[in-house]
Amino acid sequence: MFGLNKKDFNLFLIVIALTMLAPFILNPFPAGSGMAQFNAGYPDLMQRFVIFGIFAIGFNILFGLTGYLSFGHAAFLGVGSYGAIWMMKLVTLNVIPAIIMGVIVSGVFALAIGFISLRRSGIYFSILTLAFAQMSYALAYSVLTPITGGETGLQIKPTDRPIFSNLEEGEIGRANLFGLDMRSSYELEVGNWAFTFNTGYYIAAIVMILAFYLSIRIFRSPFGTMLRAVKSNQTRMNYTGLNARPYTLAAFVISGMYAGLAGGLLVAMDTQVGPERMFWTASGEVVLMTILGGASTLIGPVLGAGLIKYMENILSKINKDILHQWFAFLPDGIEDFLVTIVYPFIGKGWHLTLGIIFMAVVIFLPGGLVEGGKRFMDFVKRKKSKTPPSDESAQSTPAE
Amino acid sequence: MAILEVKNVNKRFGGLQALGDVNLSVEENSVHAIIGPNGAGKSTLLNCLVGKLTPDTGSVMFDGQSVLGRKPYEINQMGISRVFQTPEIFGDLTVMENMMIPIFAKRDGAFRMHAIESTANEKGVIEQAESMLEDMSMIDKQHMHAAAMSRGDKRRLEIGMCLAQEPRLLLLDEPTAGMARADTNNTIDLLKQISDERNITIAIIEHDMHVVFSLAQRITVLAQGTPLVEDTPDKIKGHPKVREAYLGESA
Repeated sequence: MFGLNKKDFNLFLIVIALTMLAPFILNPFPAGSGMAQFNAGYPDLMQRFVIFGIFAIGFNILFGLTGYLSFGHAAFLGVGSYGAIWMMKLVTLNVIPAIIMGVIVSGVFALAIGFISLRRSGIYFSILTLAFAQMSYALAYSVLTPITGGETGLQIKPTDRPIFSNLEEGEIGRANLFGLDMRSSYELEVGNWAFTFNTGYYIAAIVMILAFYLSIRIFRSPFGTMLRAVKSNQTRMNYTGLNARPYTLAAFVISGMYAGLAGGLLVAMDTQVGPERMFWTASGEVVLMTILGGASTLIGPVLGAGLIKYMENILSKINKDILHQWFAFLPDGIEDFLVTIVYPFIGKGWHLTLGIIFMAVVIFLPGGLVEGGKRFMDFVKRKKSKTPPSDESAQSTPAE
Repeated sequence: MAILEVKNVNKRFGGLQALGDVNLSVEENSVHAIIGPNGAGKSTLLNCLVGKLTPDTGSVMFDGQSVLGRKPYEINQMGISRVFQTPEIFGDLTVMENMMIPIFAKRDGAFRMHAIESTANEKGVIEQAESMLEDMSMIDKQHMHAAAMSRGDKRRLEIGMCLAQEPRLLLLDEPTAGMARADTNNTIDLLKQISDERNITIAIIEHDMHVVFSLAQRITVLAQGTPLVEDTPDKIKGHPKVREAYLGESA
């Protein structure tokens, strides 16, 4: 179906289901309950899940397939954002041209940086990309202030009058898709539960589904095989009449364009951009996402992006008072002791928790969360096969 | 007719004259062995043929065209395939994928952006790869990861991958180094079969005299970067200079 084999098609269906039902899945706790702070089903965060999912999917096409570790991918995200916001400021408030502009600008930028960086491999390649990204950050932060808005970045201002718009005097333009406002939401209340369906989220989710589909096609194409060949053995590749450089460059540009797509979408959802989007920690984050979820797997980067964004937004909101509430049932001394122990790992300390999880994954699950899932499935299967099946049906229902 | 013509090739590494005035000509559809003691310049010569090194002076002509200044992948596309001392294969890929890659390279050239087509739909390439795997009698291993195979199987796969490109000249760098006797004999049989059945010239660098004398029609003896003699195996065996420089020590 759609040129995918059965296994990939099932995975694709699962991803469609998860993204389309995300407002329900991410809001499992009733509003107003003590657990409601773990709900992630609000538009801003859901948008981040899918947008950074796209970013990580693209990064994985380069890192997962060719093994080239780019440490400056946030530069493409940032450049894409700047391209998109200028499109909105000058031409139209419709998000589609803005997103396309973001993709094109990042693609051209990636072509230039990739052409130079790919002269080296391994650690030197990583350092080159890091250097380029930091240079881009520095340029955006100060030198190119007229274009980038410097430290404060760019927003849509009341004075902006895009060519294709009919704004009234002093009205601030809002991002839309043929008149559909990105920020409009529909609230559904079922009993104590509240679910939000946001236009911007669904547009971003559809783009992510398309991006995910494209990445499956690339993974399963002869081109994808060649990229894995680059990772596996460049010597053999050269002596098999294949030129590795254009393959790696193509992968680099494709993955830069994915980053630009994510950058464009960020602007479409929230019409502003600042240079910190290109800072090296942002480049590091996408590396973490990909490795955490499982590099060179299809779904891994999306899971990694989801986990990191969830922790960044949910874990960081837990404060001391909430901890005291949780442990309130314990005697005072123990309560204070537990709060003191847990406190460094929450709130601003969420990076500490992330670091521990990351270390645990790298040491015990080098294949990332996807490998964890696989091992769990194998474990379940083995348990099942240990107890002798009483009839045929028990045997024909493996936990796939 | 000579398919490969090496003329007056010199190569220096600092103060070391690795190759001095090497002349060599390999006849089409023959098996030509290059032997010599350690440090004789065999590998340097081979690297000059495939584009890994460029000679300081001299010329290397393949089928009437110079290979000098071309990159390894360009020389390979001209029709020279190389088998390495330690098998160079795509270890992370399956045996089937390993075999498909050279067939893609043959069909599509050094680069082609076929990113949307599905590999599973490349029926022609899959068929060719299957038939080559059958020839190498490793079709039953097609779904294995190449890195998980034995040394002998890796060697077979590498040779198969080179053959899949239908090269005109196959270069082998000590193809039986570090192999058990049985694997060595298998490799000899395979190479004999290739030179009998396919339209391929073979040039082989080898230490193992057993391999050299069971395969080669002509032998060049290299010593200290210079060809000592070039002749048929029978004459080489009895040649006093060769005995002194090489066989005298090891045989």
